[in-house]
Amino acid sequence: MDFSLSDEQRQLQDSVGRFVRDRYPFEQWRKITDTPEGFAGENWRQMAELGWLGVSLPEEAGGLGGSPVDTMVILEGLGRGLVAEPYLSTVVLGGGFLVLGGTPEMRERELPKLAAGDLKLAFAHAETQSRFSLEDVVTSAKAAGGGYVLNGRKIVVYDAPAADKLIVSARTGGAGREREGISLFLIDRDAPGVHLRAYRTLDRRRAADVTLEKVAVDAGALIGVRDQALPLIEQVVDHAIAALAAESVGAMQLLTETTTEYLKTRKQFGQPIGNFQALQHRMVDILIATEQARSMSYMVTMKLDRPARERSRAAAAAKVQIGQSGRFVGQQAIQLHGGMGMSDELNVGHFAKRLMMIDMLYGNADHHRQRFIALE
Amino acid sequence: MDLSFSAEDLAFRGEVQAFITDNLPAEIRRRVQKGEHLSKEDQVAWQLILNQRGWAAPGWPKKYGGTGWTVTQRYIFDEETAGVCPPLTPFGLSMVGPVIYTFGNPEQKAHYLPRILKAQDWWCQGYSEPGSGSDLASLKTKAVADGDHYIVDGHKIWTTQAHEADMIFCLVRTDASVKQQEGISFLLIDMKTPGITVRPIITIDEGHSINEVFLDNVRVPKKNLIGQEGKGWTYAKFLLGHERTGIAQVAHSKKRLARLKAIARAELVEGGPLIADTTFRDKLAQVEIELMALEYTNLRILSESAKGKPPGPEASILKIRGSEIGQRLTEMAVESLGYYAAPYEGGRDGSNQPIGPDYAAGLMPAFLYGRAFTIYGGSNEIQRNVIAKMVLGL
Repeated sequence: MDFSLSDEQRQLQDSVGRFVRDRYPFEQWRKITDTPEGFAGENWRQMAELGWLGVSLPEEAGGLGGSPVDTMVILEGLGRGLVAEPYLSTVVLGGGFLVLGGTPEMRERELPKLAAGDLKLAFAHAETQSRFSLEDVVTSAKAAGGGYVLNGRKIVVYDAPAADKLIVSARTGGAGREREGISLFLIDRDAPGVHLRAYRTLDRRRAADVTLEKVAVDAGALIGVRDQALPLIEQVVDHAIAALAAESVGAMQLLTETTTEYLKTRKQFGQPIGNFQALQHRMVDILIATEQARSMSYMVTMKLDRPARERSRAAAAAKVQIGQSGRFVGQQAIQLHGGMGMSDELNVGHFAKRLMMIDMLYGNADHHRQRFIALE
Repeated sequence: MDLSFSAEDLAFRGEVQAFITDNLPAEIRRRVQKGEHLSKEDQVAWQLILNQRGWAAPGWPKKYGGTGWTVTQRYIFDEETAGVCPPLTPFGLSMVGPVIYTFGNPEQKAHYLPRILKAQDWWCQGYSEPGSGSDLASLKTKAVADGDHYIVDGHKIWTTQAHEADMIFCLVRTDASVKQQEGISFLLIDMKTPGITVRPIITIDEGHSINEVFLDNVRVPKKNLIGQEGKGWTYAKFLLGHERTGIAQVAHSKKRLARLKAIARAELVEGGPLIADTTFRDKLAQVEIELMALEYTNLRILSESAKGKPPGPEASILKIRGSEIGQRLTEMAVESLGYYAAPYEGGRDGSNQPIGPDYAAGLMPAFLYGRAFTIYGGSNEIQRNVIAKMVLGL
């Protein structure tokens, strides 16, 4: 049993730390997220050059064949800077689907592009009725002329506006919330019949509601086994949950440090407010919440290769913890900053908002507590 | 990063399991599993069985009769024994033992350490006083030199097992003229010495495990002083920092959780098992997840100490979360009983035929006594002070 990073992983950690310091000072983040795209193409190219986009891809696909721990190290680092480039959508989710479910032709065609920064992806699964249930799919894919025709509506697809392709879950069989009958398709975002209503999100990222109207794809667009995509979706989403856990730990760590520093410098009643025990104890609870989240981030990362049930139960537990810790740390960081915490000019509120979105993404704490129970 | 146990560790786990199967007396096993009160005799019996195998002192170096185990082995041993075997009583094995082999002289080591291992001396801890709880360094019990003896006068309180103890290790004031912390010494006192009176304190569970100890003109040989006069505070801090691997109580909480689930499967609510009740199940899952997070925080700190980094003040996190979760579990256990939480005859020893289901025995006393988890060993408020100062620099 060992919780330490390898030398290579430590170098990677340093490299991500430098990237965030150089490219993501808070004022820079504001400029980047104010652009229409909401991120910087130059940063994306830099990530490709550093090998981060291919870190989890197999070597024959131009990747580095890294482990989930490498992904964790990157995301934790990016979390400290609220880094806005679509890493989770493209690399963890998109890359995950292509590596685990893509046909050989698809992998050969798409993965080198992904690693080079020439392919951005977004995962479209949620629908108006589905809330957080991955198996609740109404969007349909009907076999037609050797391919499929997709109809339906996907909501809040993070990073869809910048994506070159979308990965879409749709029913090829079954109905409602049945586990069987779900399939995954790789479709061009610009394909005829794909309509986006793009918008900015609370965390200043970009997302879209996506309407699919008679979108025709050929049979080669299928990812994974027809009708049997749900286990694949759950697996890749568990990877995304681990990545979000790492990102949230980075964000919480930053808030812990920032708020501790504020308690040492802000003076009231003639002394630093960190002298006051009520605030000291609150600060300790922030630290504990962050450390508990970190433990769960490590735990789920190292359980991603376990059998499905164990992996999913670990992911569910981790998602509960990071959701709860993230909300607590975000809200208390605002509280301890007093009036300053309310200011849009300060980074604290923006970290709190990202942590709220992390709690929501792929199911909030309440959702995953129920999933944890169901998987007992 | 790697979560798996080595082949050696897995073999060790098998060895511990086999040892328990072959050696734990059935009657003691039954009492532990039922959550019944364990007598000193039960604890001594098990300690002697372990000592035969050289396993009585998991935390001690081999040359003093300990196991010399790695932290991972100790973790495995805790996991396998918690809730199955009687817990080892900490005052000799985990507290004064390490102080003696670290700071004691050769005569003290030769005399006391084997007696601790063989349970010939049963120890208690004389730290707290009526006026010195969280502010321990303000303690007033004084030891005045008189030839080759000290004359000790004072009043200790919350002394667990004092009524069964052969020896007490005491913090005493040997110099009132210097800074508080620098006037304290660490003294070993025979409980049979004239002038010592033990008075029971009955706790809210109606049980007797803690006491007041009055010391009136007690003559203690100077050879019973540990280390140097005036260094007692250093030894006391060492002692507090020493035994941190078990402080999170993860193995015990896991056993409590398993027992709680079993009860919740047996108890009925609205015509179905309690475990299917959504409100109860939700609370259960919440505490299970928090326990998991604590377990991995514990493992992170253990894996650091395995590499030679002694657990620092961040180990206070383990005390805080461990005690909070332990209390939550004992409280939910009581809740799970419904009306049968009420009968309270026969105290905590479970010797009477329990009223209500068998599994109800001991749960309410455990909850009541468990309120002390967040008070003893440095209250959780003190632990938060420690983290604020030592970790956060506030």
